[in-house]
Amino acid sequence: MKSLLEALKNGKVLVSDGAWGTLLHKRGLQIGECPELWNITHRSDVSAIAKSYIDAGADVILTNSFGGSPEKLRHYGLQDRCTELNEAAADISRSAAGHDYFVLGSMGPTGVILMMEEVSEEALYSEFCIQAEALKRGGVDAICIETMSAIDEACLAIRAARESTGLEVVCTFTFEKTVSGEYRTMMGVSPAEMVQAVKEAGASVIGSNCGNGLEQMIDVVREIRKIDRTTPVLIHANAGKPVLRDGKTCFLETPELMASKVKDLIKSGANIIGGCCGTTPEHIRALAKVVKR
Amino acid sequence: MSELIERIGICVERGKVNKNSPFPNDMKGLDGSDELTRQALDAGIRPDEILQACNTGMQRIGERFSKNEVFVPELLMAAKAMHAVMAHLKPFFKSGSVKAKGKFVLGTVAGDLHDIGKNLVAMVVEGNGWEVIDLGVDVKSVKFLDAIKAHPGCTVGLSALLTTTMTNMSKTVQEIKASYPSTNVIVGGAPLTMDSAIKMGADGYSSDPQGAVAFLSKMSTIG
Repeated sequence: MKSLLEALKNGKVLVSDGAWGTLLHKRGLQIGECPELWNITHRSDVSAIAKSYIDAGADVILTNSFGGSPEKLRHYGLQDRCTELNEAAADISRSAAGHDYFVLGSMGPTGVILMMEEVSEEALYSEFCIQAEALKRGGVDAICIETMSAIDEACLAIRAARESTGLEVVCTFTFEKTVSGEYRTMMGVSPAEMVQAVKEAGASVIGSNCGNGLEQMIDVVREIRKIDRTTPVLIHANAGKPVLRDGKTCFLETPELMASKVKDLIKSGANIIGGCCGTTPEHIRALAKVVKR
Repeated sequence: MSELIERIGICVERGKVNKNSPFPNDMKGLDGSDELTRQALDAGIRPDEILQACNTGMQRIGERFSKNEVFVPELLMAAKAMHAVMAHLKPFFKSGSVKAKGKFVLGTVAGDLHDIGKNLVAMVVEGNGWEVIDLGVDVKSVKFLDAIKAHPGCTVGLSALLTTTMTNMSKTVQEIKASYPSTNVIVGGAPLTMDSAIKMGADGYSSDPQGAVAFLSKMSTIG
């Protein structure tokens, strides 16, 4: 099978998956429960989610390992099971995808703020290595470091993933619109600053996930494309901003609404398009229809 | 004398902790809030005057954060500089010669393990002169109720990052209001809006830490 980068040559646009957490909760994951533990205790549920995105038309799926860093697992006392949980996450997605589709191993932020000097760079680096190696052993094609907001943590994770696995690395940041209308992460990083730093650290696909609906993501891609016209860009957009209705959290952007903006997102320069919080296989099916037309 | 106090305020605002700290770049090698506070106390400046200068510095950085002129790193460094001052002032709090403006009980709601936003609020509120009782993350309603009982007259702050824990936040607000109807509750966190805050029965909402300070100030003047 081709590598992710080869598959993107000649301007081909790939479809990625949607939210995992949203679907895990629908299947009974309780608030406060460790989602990654489900790779062992509820394997068939996790597997069904992976399959549902393949069936919806995704060319690329991720893994149920977003919070699978030892640092995050420590909250549940599961840090010693990091390898087991991540390997299982990768294996589940690989089995669902077969060898015709791409599997990206998801690695989210640790919640550690390096500049506060409570955890050393060396310690965090080796923890990222453990997670990345386990994802590789489980069969992922590439690593996806996502929802990042700080340059130092993102670059550390990229280097750890590159150096411990040799796989291609995707890195996406989460931006918010500031009062002056610019996009910044909570740590103050602009799309342009992200591009330069993560490419230097070794990411070969860049982009943005979470925080925004598809419409704002068009702005973010434009910002990225102002300074980089060639590096593939991955976008995982939320189904809008969540609202509370009758005591339940709802995302209001429908599959049709998201699909209606996909052409503009591609025009702005996105190469891999999928969803984040609140998106479902129905959203991905609608996106795929437009992309593959 | 007043120049020393002013410099302490600036150190807090700019996040200059001590002489060795490399942050911010343009203040390298200068005394930080740590050294200056010692000097001020040695010179006989009253601790409450020093605290006032810190509060002003913290308020300024909090306002700039609200306007997105600075981001989390700058706020964290300001809090660090503030902490350096507080270490010197602690004995005066203990003896009662310096007093907090009031008490703020704060925590991330049940099921949610995210603490960055909650910690920023704690730092800024404390930096503005309130005593903060931080209950940590994944805080069940009963723990909030116990804290309200232990700290009569406190205001309560609830934080959530996950869209899924907004429902727990809503339940916690209702349970607090059922037992302590006169206790003021403010909520915050990425998935929230003023609309969702009102729907869950909270008294206030803020998208940033300085908004929590404004809420506390407003509530304390209303009494």
